[in-house]
Order: sequence, then structure tokens, then C-alpha cells
Amino acid sequence: MKLSSHEFRSNTLPAAITVIPAVAWLALFVAIPLVYIVVMSFCSIDEYYNVTFQFTLGNYANLLNPSYVQIYVQSLVIAALSTIICLALGYPFAYLISRTFKEHKVILYMLVIIPFWTNSLIRIYGWRTFLGASGFLNAALMSLHVVNEPVDFLFNQGATILGMTYDLFPFMVLPLYTAIEKLDEAQIEASSDLGAHGLATLFKVVVPQTVSGIFSGCIMVFIPSLGAFYISDILGGGNSDVIGNLIQRQFQSGNNWPLGAALSIILIAITLLLVKVYQCSGGDMESLGV
Amino acid sequence: MVPMSAEPIVQIRNINKFYGDNHVVRDLDLDVLEGEFLTILGSSGSGKTTTLRMVGGFEQPTSGEILLGGENVADREPYERDVNTVFQSYALFPHMTIFDNVAYGLKMRKVPKDEIVRRVTDILALVQLTAFESRRPSQLSGGQMQRVAIARALVNHPKVLLLDEPLGALDLKLRKQMQLELKRLQRKLNITFLYVTHDQEEALTMSDRIGIMHDGVLEQVGVPKDIYEEPANRFVATFIGETNLFDGVISAVGGDIARLTIESGTVLGRCSGLKVGEMAAVSVRPERMRFSTMPVDGFSIEGIAREQVYVGSVLKSMVELPNGQEVRLERLASDPLPADGPVYLYWDPLDARVVQSPDQAVYGAVQTATFL
Repeated sequence: MKLSSHEFRSNTLPAAITVIPAVAWLALFVAIPLVYIVVMSFCSIDEYYNVTFQFTLGNYANLLNPSYVQIYVQSLVIAALSTIICLALGYPFAYLISRTFKEHKVILYMLVIIPFWTNSLIRIYGWRTFLGASGFLNAALMSLHVVNEPVDFLFNQGATILGMTYDLFPFMVLPLYTAIEKLDEAQIEASSDLGAHGLATLFKVVVPQTVSGIFSGCIMVFIPSLGAFYISDILGGGNSDVIGNLIQRQFQSGNNWPLGAALSIILIAITLLLVKVYQCSGGDMESLGV
Repeated sequence: MVPMSAEPIVQIRNINKFYGDNHVVRDLDLDVLEGEFLTILGSSGSGKTTTLRMVGGFEQPTSGEILLGGENVADREPYERDVNTVFQSYALFPHMTIFDNVAYGLKMRKVPKDEIVRRVTDILALVQLTAFESRRPSQLSGGQMQRVAIARALVNHPKVLLLDEPLGALDLKLRKQMQLELKRLQRKLNITFLYVTHDQEEALTMSDRIGIMHDGVLEQVGVPKDIYEEPANRFVATFIGETNLFDGVISAVGGDIARLTIESGTVLGRCSGLKVGEMAAVSVRPERMRFSTMPVDGFSIEGIAREQVYVGSVLKSMVELPNGQEVRLERLASDPLPADGPVYLYWDPLDARVVQSPDQAVYGAVQTATFL
């Protein structure tokens, strides 16, 4: 069927104008790089570490190297602990924001948002300065004679988990806040009216209805903390590598892009798997922004 | 009907509530008798919901006492009070089945499991929702959710059931049906209902007694007939049903009849507790208004018949007075007014009620409340 010029102008053109930029954006920044990574993960390298387009499954076989597996495990532990700490601190905080009145709400909200807007590398270096051997914390402890020589706060898993928790905290709070905010105040009143104390109301009524927020917050913290190599670099000092460090190394000093690509695919696979688990357990996909 | 000897189960004693500078409930006293259906009727912003929420424990009164079964509960949490609430939005728990929703209160109060099953099953049968017990709230219609909300509250055998505009979200037909059903439940279970609504027909249909609330003040409490026929003041007279008000000053009082001097002459009406010289208004319902084509012995007010609308059983007419006031009449269709002719309005003094009208300037604009 041939469109008249009028039909084209009134139907097709506006639709195209609104849709094309979004599609182009997605294609350019999501689809093409993803395809590139997938293709790369099946490529080989020659003896000079140049990528050659020769199909191989060798990169995926290499992933099972025990030294890598050990880092996966370490990375999953760091991510899990960071997520649990974020949730434990973030849930009460998000609850507090959603249940306070206007002006105070803005202040609490800003406490989360302002660090969120600040460059995360700078904030992580800030922690390094604060926790370092000659940093503020050690200086304070020594001047108070709590300790006689500087404590090694840095360059261990704890410091990395601290950094991850701190850096990714807003990603936990914001989806939780959205979920709790949606909850009708009358639900809480009804629970109390029916004889439930505060904690019973929290666990029987509030938490079950904010599971989607909890899950999306956990995903938003868990996934980046598998990849946030700069945090484990700066605060962990090579003692607490995460999957992100492995990937980064393949693309830089290791100069093995196909292996790095295969590692990246694994990271994506873990993400998708978690989302699938969430979906199968009856989670609401819309609240993940899916 | 509730026996006159019934004991008060809720005693609200001189309650005041402020939100900042906003005085939303003023010096409120109210006794709710055991087993009665008492409705607080008022427009939005009258403080009726706040009053109910203070009884439920969701708001603390700024001053005053709330006695429940003789004990002051004003400072207690909702879960420490033997009352239950049916919320306007129902507030059913969406993640639980209907059975679990209804069982929630009993579980929280650690009732033995077999008793929970028995009581929940019984109450679901009573509200005719047995077949729905394993569904979720989202799978029910509005009317069904309403019944779950009522069952969830009633299953706990509260001393008083508080209902906050529970039928507000339903369509008209369902609302009428639920009004009768609620009344039936209340009689059958003999539980005290404290009900809040802005719908006066709903209040008149269901209540044993009605309290009229306006601007934080409880203006009058009484049985529906008294509220309609013996309004305590000008506000109540205009708020319930339709009425004609003639503002004036009391010029004489004899027994329970008072003479009022109004702009168009002098008129008579029943009166209690008012004195000569007081500002007052006489309230005459449209169906009690009479007319003649000639001046009448005693008193009459001259006007011009303006409009007549035939609405089946009755004729609704309007007579305009020389000062522009419009007086409404409701008459049998067989007895029409002369079109655009002079008429003389009068009434039986026993059919008219003289009410206090201290602030006529404020109310001056409100001549009749149009409620049909």
C-alpha cells in the first residue's frame, strides 16, 4: 500500500522521529558493543597477542583455570557481603526517608544523592587518604593513644568491602525507597490495628510487599561490585581482586582481549541468571526497570 | 433499636486535636452505647475522620480522654486497643490470601490454630465469601474486598468496630446493597459500630443515632428523626435535608412557641431554650410549607410563585419573596400554585423549628441547602 504524503506526515513521520533516536542509541551503545564482545570471546590470539578471527572455545576453557576460579569465589564473597551490609543499612534508611515529612525528607534524600553525583574514584581515594598509615583515622587513634603504631586498615578484603558498600549504597537505597514509598500507609495502620507490633508489621507486611525493591537493590549492588575493579585496586591493593580486575587485566597488561571478552560474557551471564531467579520467584519485572 | 439502658462502651471526653495551629477537633464529647450503630456525619474537613482515628489509636488527641470500656486508652497504640477499623481503602494485604488476611489479627493475638480456622471459616461464611478464601485481594471485586475488610475486623470480636467511609469506593447500587448488609451484620453480631460518612442518606438509612460534625465541632447527636425534625441549630437544619430558613429576632415566647420578627413580617415556630431578643431563624421543610391565594389569619408571607417542576409523586415549586429570597415548596401534584401569581405562604407553627442563629452574617448567603 502506498502512503499519501499526508498520511506519511501525520502518522509515519512523528512515529519515526520519536523512535529512531532511541533505537539508534540502543544499537550504537548496547547492541553493537555486545555483539562485538560476543564475537571477540570466540576469537584467538597469535603469538604476538594480536586478535585473529579464528573460532575457538579456548577462551571459555581458560575460564576454569583454578587461579581464576579462586578469584570468582573471592569476588562473589566480597559482592555478597557488600550487598548484605548495604541492605542491612539501606532498608532502615530508605524506610526512614519514606516515612519522614517533607523538609526532612529532602535532607535525607540529599544525603544519598549528593555522593551519588560525586565522582566515585575521588570518593574512593578519599577513603584511602582517610584510612592510610598516615591518614586521619590513624593520626587520631595514635594521638588518643589507642594504638602506638598505625593500623593497617587498607589493602585487605575488609577495606574493599567497605569501599564497595560505601560506593554502591545509593543503588540500594533508591530502589528500596521507591518500593517502600509505594506502600499505602493504611497497610501499616491495618496491621497495627489487627494487633501486630512494629517488628511483626515490618516482617509480615512491609518487607513482603517491598521484595521487588529489595531484589532490585541487591542486584544493583551485587553486579557492580563484581566488576568495580578500581575499588579493589585502590583500597584492596591487589589482595582482594574481583572479576572486574581479571577483565581489566586482560584488556590492559595481559593484552588478551578474547579472554577478557569471555570473562565479560560470564559477568553478563551471572546478571541474567540472577534476574531470571528473581522472575521465577514471582518478582515484578517492571520494578527492575526491565 | 438499642435499649435505653445500654451502657456507654466508648466515652470521648473533651477531646481537642491540633495539627500545628489548625484546630481540627474542638471540645468533643460523645458517648457510644454498647450495641448501637452511631454515625458521625460531616462534610470533608469537619474532623470526623480524625475523631475516628483517635478512637482507633492512629492519632493522639492533643488533650482529653478516650475511655474504652471505662479505661482511658488515649495514649495506647492501636494494637493495645480492643477496637478494629475498616479502612476506606480496605487496606487488605495484597500478598496474602483472603483466608490469611482474615486470620491475621487472630494469629497476631496467638489464638490457637484450630480456633483460628473455625472463626475465619465462620466469618467468611457470614459474609458469603467461603469460596474465595484461597484467592488474593486483587482477584476480587470492590464489593467483595469490602466484605473481606469487614470480616477481617469482625473476626477479632472487637468491642467497637470503626468504619471510615467504608462504602465510599463502591458504585451507587452496590453501596445501597452494602448499607443494608452492614446493618444486618451489625444487628446479627450485636457489635457496636462507630461509622463515619459524608453521605447523609447513608447515615439516615443505617444509624441508630447520628452525630453531626462541622468545623471540628459536634453540633448535635440524636436519633435520625430528631436530627431531621428537631435540628439543634441553623447548621444542622440546613445540613440535613432541604429547608427554608427565615432569619430574624425573637419578639415573643409563649410556652414552646416563639414569635419571630423577620424581614417580611412576623412568623411562628416551635422553640426551646431561646429568649426574647435573640437572633434566630425559623426552619420550615418544603413539604410542611402551605400556601393560599389570599392573606391568612395569623401570619403569612407574600411572594410570587415562580417555578414548578413535576417530579412524579410531588410538585416542587419555588416562591420568590420581595427581598429576593427563594422559598421551596413540595406539594401534591393535584394542588398546583397559580402561575406567576401572588401567593401567601404560611405553616403550622408546630411544623416549624426555631433555631439559634448567632452569626447570621456568615450564614446569610446560605438560604437553603440543596439536597435531593
